[in-house]
Amino acid sequence: MSRRVKARDEAPPATPASSESARRFSTISDMEIEPRYDAEDVRGEIGNPGEFPYTRGPYSTMYRGRPWTMRQFAGFGTVHDTNERFKFLLSQGQMGLSTAFDMPTLMGYDADHPRALGEVGREGTAVSTLDDMVELFDGIELDQVTTSMTVNCSASVILAMYFVVAERQGLPMTVLGGTIQNDMLKEFIAQKEWISPPEPSVRVIVDMIEFCTKEAPRFHPVSISGYHIREAGSTAVQEVAFTLADGLGYVEAAVARGLNVDDFAPRLSFFFNLHNDFLEEIAKLRAARRLWARLMRDRFGAKDPRSMRLRTHAQTAGCSLTAQQPMNNVARVTIQALAGVLGGVQSLHTNSMDETLALPSEQAVMVALRTQQIIAEESGVINTVDPLGGSYAIEALTTRIEEEAEDYIRRIDEMGGIVRAIEVGFPQKEIAEAAYRFQRQLDGGEKVMVGVNAYKAEGESPMEILRIDPTVEERQAARVRAFKEARDQAAAKARLEDVRTACKNGGNLMPVLMDAVRAGVTLGEVCDVYREEFGVYHDPAWL
Amino acid sequence: MAERKIRILVAKPGLDGHDRGAKIIARALRDGGFEVIYTGLHQTPEMIAEAAIQEDVDAIGLSILSGAHNTLFPAVMKELKARGGGDIVMFGGGIIPEEDIAELQGQGVRGLFTPGASTDEIVAWVRANVTPRD
Repeated sequence: MSRRVKARDEAPPATPASSESARRFSTISDMEIEPRYDAEDVRGEIGNPGEFPYTRGPYSTMYRGRPWTMRQFAGFGTVHDTNERFKFLLSQGQMGLSTAFDMPTLMGYDADHPRALGEVGREGTAVSTLDDMVELFDGIELDQVTTSMTVNCSASVILAMYFVVAERQGLPMTVLGGTIQNDMLKEFIAQKEWISPPEPSVRVIVDMIEFCTKEAPRFHPVSISGYHIREAGSTAVQEVAFTLADGLGYVEAAVARGLNVDDFAPRLSFFFNLHNDFLEEIAKLRAARRLWARLMRDRFGAKDPRSMRLRTHAQTAGCSLTAQQPMNNVARVTIQALAGVLGGVQSLHTNSMDETLALPSEQAVMVALRTQQIIAEESGVINTVDPLGGSYAIEALTTRIEEEAEDYIRRIDEMGGIVRAIEVGFPQKEIAEAAYRFQRQLDGGEKVMVGVNAYKAEGESPMEILRIDPTVEERQAARVRAFKEARDQAAAKARLEDVRTACKNGGNLMPVLMDAVRAGVTLGEVCDVYREEFGVYHDPAWL
Repeated sequence: MAERKIRILVAKPGLDGHDRGAKIIARALRDGGFEVIYTGLHQTPEMIAEAAIQEDVDAIGLSILSGAHNTLFPAVMKELKARGGGDIVMFGGGIIPEEDIAELQGQGVRGLFTPGASTDEIVAWVRANVTPRD
């Protein structure tokens, strides 16, 4: 990777030589940082907020015009438990919903499937049937909130269910706002929740982009996610590079389907991580916006400014939190969230202090939400747009991250695009390498995690954590079995066969899936058809 | 003749795909001089036990971040016993609350590591606690 070397021209430090020269000053991504940055280090187009290339933010007025959306990710136990948490969060000033599903739902298994054993309702809420989805949003008017749903390989079924829930509330799809994560390329790269291989996975995503563009134009059909790439151990540069490369993959596939770039690109949104390294994170967000704007204009001939304008949700870094002295996590989350706001995000989730121990307790979630409210209402950073724009260090780092990310994208292009790069394991191996390097730096004490490899405390008293009721699994499995018994079997079977036909003949899956869930077909049943028709992807298990 | 290398299976049971820890541990153990086999993701207890017997390993390290540890550790041990591998040393890591650690150790899991454990610590533990099976 290219690394600019700058001569050190300042006088030798007054302190003993060992204090500076023995120490490398580098970001958490291991990017070496100069002793200082000056006007000559500022290159790259800064521009104005709300104008190409959007370095300074996607909107001209930023948070003066509209605050970011405070959106806390929530989901555990039964849909009833999660529905109560949603209502609590809305009552506390949260502005949008964000749904966490459990592992069986995320992997396309119903709660009564043998592979769901031990996992139902643990890391999120369990949704197998339309009834589950109806109860999840019970008493919440879906035209009054925007809903984010974190689900990928089974996203098509969940979105179909969501649209049918809205239909039951008497709402047309055109009024529904929200986001479904639906980013399979980053699953192969980082989060590793999949059903079928990359190519059919991308086909389903393009079906959803096409459908939403026509029928649900306020919905974001894919949230191109760097969050998980970073959590898997990537550097900041890799996070930008692989995320934008995934985005390019979807745009290419949608254009190949015959869609006009300016019809769908404005509804693509992003999701980035906010890690501990404050300046690097601010620069990362600015670099991602500038690079995406140029790629969309130059590669796809986008004309609509909204197609070039990268808008993003962000979440503080789960992997940065420590189980040791967990209250310290409140300080970490504050720094990370502030980086997000100074970096210009549109929506934000702040992690709770207890998340390395378990799903967050209600009290911990409250502190996390209040952290955002303190930044918004008390810190004053929202008063002016992009207050750090023009800072020598920020602008120099922005340009450097952009250049190094573009280098990666060039290498991926040379491999034949992101799907090919994933097939040979390129991003996966690059990330594993970075993760291992960081771990060795931690083990060697070159990088510090407070409370983990420095400033340790003995005899900590354990935190009160949320425990999932062990009876959830059996209750949910019984509920799914009862649902399946009560439906019109012939109709469900016929609609499931329609799904199979659409898988085979390439017809858009979304209308067919909506009919299927209306007829009582379950999430697991649809995903079984995906497994049969599209095949099953197996982990290549690269080390 | 030199003693043969200790063979370790690093495995990811269940549905959760968070393999950062498993891969780091696998590499650290390999760099520590052990022979390491990594199963990859989404393994059932049967698949893990089968792989352990096939590969004739001395120890199995399970990485579980899904909260399903109380189900998955015993399930793997049961499958191992059924295949004559009851003496294979079980260890593991993940987000495992204190009281669950005591419970799992009571059931025969020899070592459990939680977030913040260093790779050096885990390599040293394996060196001290795992010997080649006859």
